[in-house]
Order: sequence, then structure tokens, then C-alpha cells
Amino acid sequence: MTSAAARVEALHFPHRHLLTTEGLGASEINFLLDLADKAAQSNRQPQMKSDLLRGRTLINLFFEASTRTQASFELAAKRLGADVMNMNVPTSSVQKGETLLDTAMTLNAMRPDIIIVRHRAAGAVELLAQKIDCSVVNAGDGAHQHPTQALLDALTIRSAKGRVSGLCVAICGDILHSRVARSNIDVLNALGARVRIVAPSTLLPAAAGRLGAEVFTDMWKGLEDADVVMMLRLQRERMESSYIPSTREFFHFFGLDQEKLAIAKPDALIMHPGPMNRGVEIASTVADHSRSVIHDQVEMGVAVRMAVLEALARNLPKQ
Amino acid sequence: MRAAKSTSASKTQNAVAFINARLIDPSSNRDEPGGLVIKDGLIADIGGHLRRNAPEGCEVVDCKAHVLAPGLIDAQVFTGDPGYEHRETLKTASHAAAAGGVTTMVVMPETNPVIDQVALVDYIQRRARDNAIVRVHTMAAMTKGLKGEEMTEIGLLKRAGAIAFSNGKSSVASARVMRNVLLYGKDFDALVVHHTEDPSLSQNASMNSGEIATRLGLPGVHKAAETIVLERDVRLVALTGGRYHAATISCAESLDVVRNAKAHKLPVTCGVSINHLTLNENDIGPYRTFFKMRPPLRRDEDRAAMVRGIGSGDIDIIVSSHDPQDADDKRRPFAEATDGAVGLETLLPAALRLFHSGELPLLSIFRAMTINPARLLGLHSGRLVKGAVADIILVDLGQPWVVSKDELRSRSKNTPFDENKMQGRVLRTLVAGETVYQYGGGQRS
Repeated sequence: MTSAAARVEALHFPHRHLLTTEGLGASEINFLLDLADKAAQSNRQPQMKSDLLRGRTLINLFFEASTRTQASFELAAKRLGADVMNMNVPTSSVQKGETLLDTAMTLNAMRPDIIIVRHRAAGAVELLAQKIDCSVVNAGDGAHQHPTQALLDALTIRSAKGRVSGLCVAICGDILHSRVARSNIDVLNALGARVRIVAPSTLLPAAAGRLGAEVFTDMWKGLEDADVVMMLRLQRERMESSYIPSTREFFHFFGLDQEKLAIAKPDALIMHPGPMNRGVEIASTVADHSRSVIHDQVEMGVAVRMAVLEALARNLPKQ
Repeated sequence: MRAAKSTSASKTQNAVAFINARLIDPSSNRDEPGGLVIKDGLIADIGGHLRRNAPEGCEVVDCKAHVLAPGLIDAQVFTGDPGYEHRETLKTASHAAAAGGVTTMVVMPETNPVIDQVALVDYIQRRARDNAIVRVHTMAAMTKGLKGEEMTEIGLLKRAGAIAFSNGKSSVASARVMRNVLLYGKDFDALVVHHTEDPSLSQNASMNSGEIATRLGLPGVHKAAETIVLERDVRLVALTGGRYHAATISCAESLDVVRNAKAHKLPVTCGVSINHLTLNENDIGPYRTFFKMRPPLRRDEDRAAMVRGIGSGDIDIIVSSHDPQDADDKRRPFAEATDGAVGLETLLPAALRLFHSGELPLLSIFRAMTINPARLLGLHSGRLVKGAVADIILVDLGQPWVVSKDELRSRSKNTPFDENKMQGRVLRTLVAGETVYQYGGGQRS
């Protein structure tokens, strides 16, 4: 693509929903990141509220518990002047009674402009988007996708390093169950980074090698020359299913401590989508390291979500 | 065990001659122009000499050079009768069968209650006799409640009419139980039909393991889960000598296991569902739950291996694996949606795709749905020979049409072939000489 063509295309984000990062181009991603940069700057000003989404209604529909993602979307929407409603649907009551589609139709009747959805099942958000008239943002569906996380990670890297292209990013931990990993691989590849995934074989998906990342089962090798070390959260229930023998052993071979960090480049960034298990996938000293950008990720999260909401709102029918 | 409605009226009927047909009968390797005469529910005469001229006094049907073949025998049909009648009853399934050219269907024990007792086999037979328009046979459970723990009364169930024994859509995890079923069943010459999928490996899995599952973030099951159980079962057959049929294999490795068992003269046979001959995992696309089934759809290489297995005869039979499911249970996130697809009405047209594409000869396709299942199950139908029961279908191989789920006779509409173009359809279905379905002319109810 020529740079002129890229610039023309990058003038907007031509999608009704944000369901997946698969297929997103560099120009679209950069457009969102540029918007997010502006949002991040304005968020640091004393007068940070705008009225871009005034009169718009946003529903946070979370079928799976979440503190930070939900709060981040809520804050982003409020800073843009939208009316926000939070709906937390406990998993059990949905299984017993109302189906996902019933819930969708009920919400649809309330005529929101944007719905943010998180669901435990892969593909659930896409299914919902098919049945709903408004814009839908995927805030995480099963082990499938978590687009805004990948965008905020890219923005964090770009802000700290000045670029994403050409960097070597090692994503480490439970890749098998991680939607964060899948979305990040898409976005980082689109932006020209070299992506690695590092995990024990039991925590790699069957066709890990087909995802567009180099696969390592030895963290000492996987971190060599890495510009960014991105740790993933290990979920405790994985141990009961015999994916790994113990958190102690996992930490020994795949936890990020000072020793393994030393293998990466001396200026390597340390990232984690949170919430962290200190002492399981990341040592406390590393989490609080001067090169840790874990708190920047949270800040960029609000900015990226503002950018996504703004981009989608531009495509909404005029009020 | 005839379950079609009483045919006593037809016993005294005049003979009917079907002339000007293309006769296809795999049992005699017949594929030639000709005709046949039906009298008293049996085939009274058949051959090339009946191509143009019918014997005197016969009612004459001109087949216009379309195919006359034995009615299809479908050895794996799930209904909801009893317990889930909103999905399918024996009556609605039989109407779907008749429209699809299936004159005999074997219904699975996975109902509520599970068909694991003599009285329940009797219930199915009576319900079928009173309601179904095609022949219905009962597959009984091999373990109580299909739990894979305690053997059912195989001897008494067989005496009550159970045609074979299955554990439904789940594998018997215990090798000891499986050995005992095969060993004990052998004394009664019972056919043990087994769904092969290791339950611990397939736990929570919703599709074939591989690149697509990886991208979609869905838990996958590797085909080894199928082959592991199949290999174990073949060892147990070697040990016990029991008659064993792998219900629906889905990958090339399983085919190797069966081929090897047959080479060692073990009493092992296998089947494949029409879905695994005509679809692959790519069809799932963006989480299309109507393509979610067990075993899961595999890669196209595996599909092609299944087709070759039919061609070589290593795979014995094709089943529809008709499995009606409520739309509400399908319209869920993929991992939470139910498995299964309806297939009685699309079985033959889908199979004919393999003929039209040049992948399989016509005789191979019909063999796997007529004489092979007849021999496997010990039925006298499935062949066009003098003296055989007149379970016959008239098929237009070339007629183009488009599947519409709303036009399906099945009570459930979960077809993976909705809006698909088909070539070839059943024009007329006869059970014991009596027409139970006629295209465009409605059907007997």
C-alpha cells in the first residue's frame, strides 16, 4: 500500500462494530492509536470532559466478572459525555433462564447506541452483534479476542518506544486460554512487530505455530533480544486440569524474575494486562521495576477506549 | 419387526409394473435399463425384459428412465421420541425419512427415558407401528442409562426386537465394561455399535483441534481421541470375538485401524455420517453452530479419506446421523450450543454430490446405504431381487433444487445444508410396495 493510500484510508475507522482484531490493517489501527494519543493528552488536562458522545447511550453488558475493563469503558464513555448503564449478568442465572439472545433483544429494545460486551464463550459477542441494531464492542469473549486490550498494549509500546514496527515482543504464559494473546498477535503483526509466544506445551493451542508468532517452550531462549516482555495472567483453575504441576514449578520456568528479565534487552519493557498473580507469573520486584509500564497500560486503556467509542460514534446514524 | 402401517390392503392389490427405469442394485451389481413388477408387497419380477413392456393386467408406471433403487437403510437416526417430542417424533422422523428415500431407519436409544429395558423397546416398536410410515428398528442401550457402567439385558432386549446395541453419543470409558459387553453379547450374536471418542480427551471440546479452533479460541478435540478408543475396541474384539461396528469414524487414522482389523479377519465394520463425507471444519466459519456435531467436522483431507473409504469398501455404511435439535439450543455461543444436524431428507441428495463431482460411482454410494447396512443388521430389504420386499425408491439423479429448512418435514430445522444447491431428489418412495411418498404429490399420512 502506498503511503498516500494509507493516509486516505486512515481518515476513518469504517466499521460498525469492534469484534475482533483479525483483519484490521495498520492504517486502521494507527488511526485509532492517534485518536487515543489525543485522548491520553486531554486526559492529563484539568478539563478532560468532552461532549462527543453527548446524548448517546452506552451499555456495559458483562456476563463475566471484570473490574478494570468495565471501569475503564465506563470512564471512557463518561469522559466523552455519554450516558452509561452497567449491567452485570451473573453467569448462573443466564444459564438457567434467559438465553443470550433474549438478553440481546431486551437490550436492543432499550435503543442504546453502543453496547460493550464481555462473555465467557468464544463467539458470543459476534452472535449478539448479529441480532442487535447498535454498535457492539467486544470486551473479551472466551479465549477468542479482546481487541481493546491489544490496542492499549500497542499504544503503550508506541508511547514508550516511539514505534512498534521492528520491535521484538515476547508474549509469555497461558497462551492456550488467552484472548489477550490472540488479539495482541494480530495487532502487533499488523504494525510490523516480531511476535513470539512463550509457554509450556500444555498451555499452547494446537496450531500455535499458525497464529503468526514464533513459538518457544524455553523462556530463556524466548526472551533473548526481546524489546517487550508481555506476561499473561495464569488462572488458578488451570492447575486442577493438570496443565501445569504447580505454581512453584511454573514460576521457576515461566515466571518473570530478575534473572530471566536480564536475558531480554537492557531497555525491555515489562507489561501485564492485570490483574497480576505476584509470585506466580511475575515477581514483585519485576512488576514494580522502573521499566514496568503496567500502570501506563491502565491509563492507555481509558484513552484507547475513548478512541474506539469516538470512532464508532462517527459511524452511528446522526441524532 | 415391520413398523410401516398395515399393508394388508395391498396384499390383494393388482400387480404394479415400473417400466422404463434405470435399475440400480448393488447386491447384484446391477446398473441397467429395465423394470420390475410388485405384487403382494414383494418384487415379483425384475429385469431388462421389463424395460418397455409390462405383463398383462398390471398397473403401469413409466419411470421415464429415472433410477429405481432399493430403499435406503439408515442405521443411525436420533429422534426425541420419547421425552423430547418437541424435537422429533417417530412420526415426523418417518415422514422426513420417506421424503429422503429412507425406507428403514434405526432409531437410537438416547431418549428420555433411555431405551435400556424390554418394555421400552416394545414401546418404540408399538409407537412406530401405529405412527411411522417407514420401517423402524430399535437400537437398544448397551449400558443402563448409557452411563457406561452396567450392562443392559442384552439377551432379553434382543429377543424383544432390539436390532443392535449402542451407547448413544458417548463412549464406554471402561475397557472392562466394553470387554464384557462384547463377550456377553457374542453369546447372543449381538451387534455392538460404538461411538468412539475418549471422554476425557473430548471433555468441553466443541470442534476439531487445529488451526481454526486455535483462531476461534474454541477448545478442540484431537482426532486421536477417536482413534484411541477405536484401537482399544479392536483389541477387545480380538480378545472376545464379539461383533463390533464403529458408528461414525471421521479421520484417516481411524480408517487405517478398521482396515487393519479387517485384514486380520476380525468382525469389525464401520460407518461414516453423510456430514463427514460432504462437509469439513472450514464450514464452521464464524461460529456456525449448525455445523457443530460429534464427531466434529475435520479437515478436508480427512473428509477425502472418508470418501475413498467408501469407494474402497473399507467403510461399510453411510448414515444420516439425523439429530434434530431445537433452534434455541443451537442459537447459542458455539461452545454452549448443542451438537447434531438433521439429515434424513438430505442424505441422498448430499451423497449424490459425490457422484456428480466424480468422487464416487453410483453403485458405491448406494451399496453403503442399501445392501451393506442390510447385511450388517440382518435385514432382508436393501436389494432389488426377485422375491425381496418391495422397499423401493424412484430417484431423479439430475433434478436441481435448493434446500430450504422451512420445507423440511422434520420437526427440527437444524440442517447444515440450508440454502444449498442440490442435484437429484427422490420422486417416489415405496415401503412393502405401497407408496409412502411422492414428490409433488404429497404423501400418505
